[in-house]
Amino acid sequence: MKTRKLKLIKKYIPIYVMILPGLIYLFFNNLMPLPGLVLAFKNYNARGGIFGSPWAGLQNFKYLFANDAWYITRNTILYNVAFIIVNTTLSVLVAIVLSEMTSKIKKLFQSAILLPYLLSMVIVSYLVYGFLSTDQGLLNKLLVSLGGESISWYAEGKYWPFILIFVNAWKGVGYSCIVYMSTILGFDRAYYEAAAIDGASKWQQIRFITLPLLKGTVVMMTMLAIGRIFYSDFGLFYQVPRNSGALYSMTSTIDTYVYRGLLEMADINMSAAAGFYQSIVGFILVLGSNLLVRRKDPDSALF
Amino acid sequence: MLESNSNKVFKIFSYVLMSVLSITAIMPMLLLLTSSFTDNTTLVMNGYSFFPEKWSMENYRYILNNSTLIFNAYGVSIVLTATGTIIGTAMTVLMGYGLSKKDLPGRKIISFILILTLLFNGGLVPTYLVYTNVLSVKNTFWGLLLPGLLMNGFNVILVKSYFVSSVPEEILEAAEIDGAGEFKKFYTIALPMAVPIIATIALFIGMGYWNDWNNGYVYISTKTDLYSIQNLLNRIQQNLQFIISNASTSGVGQAANDIPSEGVRMAISILGILPVLIVYPWMQRFFIKGITLGGVKG
Repeated sequence: MKTRKLKLIKKYIPIYVMILPGLIYLFFNNLMPLPGLVLAFKNYNARGGIFGSPWAGLQNFKYLFANDAWYITRNTILYNVAFIIVNTTLSVLVAIVLSEMTSKIKKLFQSAILLPYLLSMVIVSYLVYGFLSTDQGLLNKLLVSLGGESISWYAEGKYWPFILIFVNAWKGVGYSCIVYMSTILGFDRAYYEAAAIDGASKWQQIRFITLPLLKGTVVMMTMLAIGRIFYSDFGLFYQVPRNSGALYSMTSTIDTYVYRGLLEMADINMSAAAGFYQSIVGFILVLGSNLLVRRKDPDSALF
Repeated sequence: MLESNSNKVFKIFSYVLMSVLSITAIMPMLLLLTSSFTDNTTLVMNGYSFFPEKWSMENYRYILNNSTLIFNAYGVSIVLTATGTIIGTAMTVLMGYGLSKKDLPGRKIISFILILTLLFNGGLVPTYLVYTNVLSVKNTFWGLLLPGLLMNGFNVILVKSYFVSSVPEEILEAAEIDGAGEFKKFYTIALPMAVPIIATIALFIGMGYWNDWNNGYVYISTKTDLYSIQNLLNRIQQNLQFIISNASTSGVGQAANDIPSEGVRMAISILGILPVLIVYPWMQRFFIKGITLGGVKG
């Protein structure tokens, strides 16, 4: 037994050599930062470093939960819920409509809606600025020409949930509809042919064939998204509102909070506590949602 | 057979819906394009418009004439994207292939580590401290290349599944009987069969590098010659905000002069999108294929 294993190891030496670079990278990029999580319980100073700095007990968390934890958690979760609902609905709609199309223009449509997905968030924020700039923006020009007042978009938080939900859908639907589309294209055409012979209209075919068959995929994708509900697209929430202080209460998520804590306020303790909070709750949610997915359909689970 | 009325309605609905969505998707980019060709005073006076009163090439002329910074940033983006894509793709494919060997001793431990990295991360602060204090990547090219973007567990799992499902073990075994070693088997048989997944992974990694501004923002603070095009755009915007929020302080006039005008910023953005647009028609196929291959995992 043992010699057989040794022989296998020897045979596979080239394979280990192939795996090694990736493993080394994961070690530095993903594993080495993990002990740094203790920083959440410390009072960091540069001289002491991660392990030499004095312990602070739960002080950082007390402060975090007394002040900012509530609204950054609220924003992160509510935005994610809205994103899941809006993007899933639109993606399924687009996927159904596109999969029923046969003409060549279908490809053009698909290319057009996928394009925003390829842009960086910095450029997206420039695009959004073209519409929302107070003095030069297209939207205010339009409002004024219709007899309305111009709005300082970057100073008024109440509009931002709509703006961010719109931008997120604009950027993401072209991508997320692909999964649904490939699922629909995998359905047995015989169902549709039989339905058509029985005189079912396209609407009825969608209502009684496509949607019920697609339900499993929708549930699966939604559960995976719920697993990520404690994480947010940092670029979207940092770049698109142009890091405007007046909007923080409506646009800050845990990710932007951690970021600002580290790079702008140099408040490493607070940042580390918020990061720890995200890592732990996020871990539980990802693990939980994956277990649920795995129970339903092992092939769709991440692991 | 005549089409029924309700099916016609569906058809019209489909085309109207997709036309509206497609126009919505493209429109902001058109606005960016027209404003980059708008005369600067016109832009300040009349604002952004699809039909500017006065067209002009001055923004692009400005970039051509006095901006070594912009050209340099372009160069950084290209070198970074090329290096990152090659190294990252190689690492991902090699590791994915290795993990596709079912009887590999130690496979369980390696897979466990891989999944752990998907589940749990140290977050920004500990990662930042490792990269700056332990690996000293701050203000070096490594700071752009290494953190986060080079390889991730999702892609490795994607490649592994591809090898397991699409490169039959029998073919590899046949080569082994012919005397091929592990390297040769990988190189001559598995690799050519995996071209679609390799192209997809390269595309994802390349896009990640080309669009990245985050690493540059966090890890490049003093060396402006290491600014990539996205990072440059981000910095311009940050400086702008800094100037606006400190408008009363003295010396601001000078700093404001160094900031490219709105039109120039739009022109730089166009330059940032251009390479993506150029490769898009060729890449879209792999892109969609990759998402489909990954299925839900994508």
